[in-house]
Amino acid sequence: MIKVEQLRKSFDGHVVLDGISFEIAKGEVVALIGGSGGGKSVLLKHLAGLMQPDSGRVIIDGVDLRKVRGSELRRLRDRLGFLFQGGALFDSMTVYENVAFPLREKTKMKEREIRSRVMRELELVGLKGAEDKYPSQISGGMVKRAALARSLVLDPEIMLFDEPTTGLDPVIGQSILELIDSCHQRISFTGIIVTHEIPRIFPFVDRVLMIYQGKLRVNGPPDEMMRSDDPVVKAFLGK
Amino acid sequence: MIVEWIRRIGAGTLESVRRMGLMGLFLAKTFLYTVIPPIKFSRVVKQIHFIGLQSTVVILLTGLFAGMVLGFQGYYSLSRFGSDAFLGPMVGLALIKELGPVLSALMVTGRAGSAVAAEIGIMRISEQIDALDLMGLNPYRYLIVPNMLAALISMPLLTAIFDVLGIFGGYLIGVKLLGVSSGVYFGEMSHYVEMADVLEGLYKSLSFGVLIAWVATFKGYYTGILTGFGAEGVSKATTQAVVLTSVLILVWDYFMTSALF
Repeated sequence: MIKVEQLRKSFDGHVVLDGISFEIAKGEVVALIGGSGGGKSVLLKHLAGLMQPDSGRVIIDGVDLRKVRGSELRRLRDRLGFLFQGGALFDSMTVYENVAFPLREKTKMKEREIRSRVMRELELVGLKGAEDKYPSQISGGMVKRAALARSLVLDPEIMLFDEPTTGLDPVIGQSILELIDSCHQRISFTGIIVTHEIPRIFPFVDRVLMIYQGKLRVNGPPDEMMRSDDPVVKAFLGK
Repeated sequence: MIVEWIRRIGAGTLESVRRMGLMGLFLAKTFLYTVIPPIKFSRVVKQIHFIGLQSTVVILLTGLFAGMVLGFQGYYSLSRFGSDAFLGPMVGLALIKELGPVLSALMVTGRAGSAVAAEIGIMRISEQIDALDLMGLNPYRYLIVPNMLAALISMPLLTAIFDVLGIFGGYLIGVKLLGVSSGVYFGEMSHYVEMADVLEGLYKSLSFGVLIAWVATFKGYYTGILTGFGAEGVSKATTQAVVLTSVLILVWDYFMTSALF
């Protein structure tokens, strides 16, 4: 479903992605790991079409992201959900309005239907009762939950998560990962989770991709990574 | 040493040309999405409230006092030549053709232009604009076009309010304080101020509206890329928006005055 071929990207001469290639099957959930500033979020933004590569390509269901523009790109993005590291909630809107926004803009649902859908999503992410609060009035964990509800409200086929647990305490972080897992079981999206939560993320993913010095160092199931003799991988796992 | 100096000048020039090109493309895209539906009317109304209605008090005050100053200065200058009967036309023409559009635009730049640049800049650095993009929604339609339309609608109205209050301020000083006849003040004004003068003020206020919305939204939209990230980036974008808009208003005013003279 998602195919990345020889992706290269550099900023001011500094190579961040150096010929990355991999494929992700429909319904699969993978963790994307690597050192800080190693290009994980850059890769995620390429998958979302927010950045253009220097060379190489990203193909989603046979569509080359470099070649689509305007309405075709917007149609492709309709199938995509993205959970930003900071949530990216609209700060002038309440939690309810944030979650209702994609439904109001992208569907012809009536306000009554939107209300019932939004309240259901907020209940699923444990935010019932916080619908009238603004993003600045709720905690970091609640912002992530609200952002998750917003990104899932249109039932996307592909979900991209940019460090969903960063900045949260371990208990809230675990609950966010469990929430992502339960959402995956509910709508079976294809997911990519950029994370530093190693090995805590492993039970929730089918495969791990590890970027090291711009190249793909690991591409396999979590248990295979745990058994790896690669000194870089071992150092990363803290062995 | 000299080669390095020339290289730096060349690099600086190229960067300036690139940025001007970027600003030009930004304006072209804004106009394109302004004429191609759908227009987000609820957001246009919200921005008219912010740019227009909420600027009314500052326009009322500055208009009144600008007119009062003109009343004093005009009376003392004209009375030296025994022409104080022409106070009305002088106040009217100065306000309608020049001071009304320019001072209103500068006030709106300081009050609303800076806030628009800061709001869009914060949305950029907190990835809210990326979020709009990823929802398949066009940020120009949601953020840029409503500000452009709101400025185009608000500026002529604010300028008209400024002109009326300014003329009233001149009346208070000239007629009520310094003793010019009320009939002479308004009679000479209606005789000498023509529709072409009113239209000149209208054209100026419309073009200043475009300038304010263009620069403020551009600086906000490209916060991060052009001004750096974080609070400092937003602060720079806001300052640059106010300074650049103010300068452009005065420069553009000169060219419009030359063309319409």
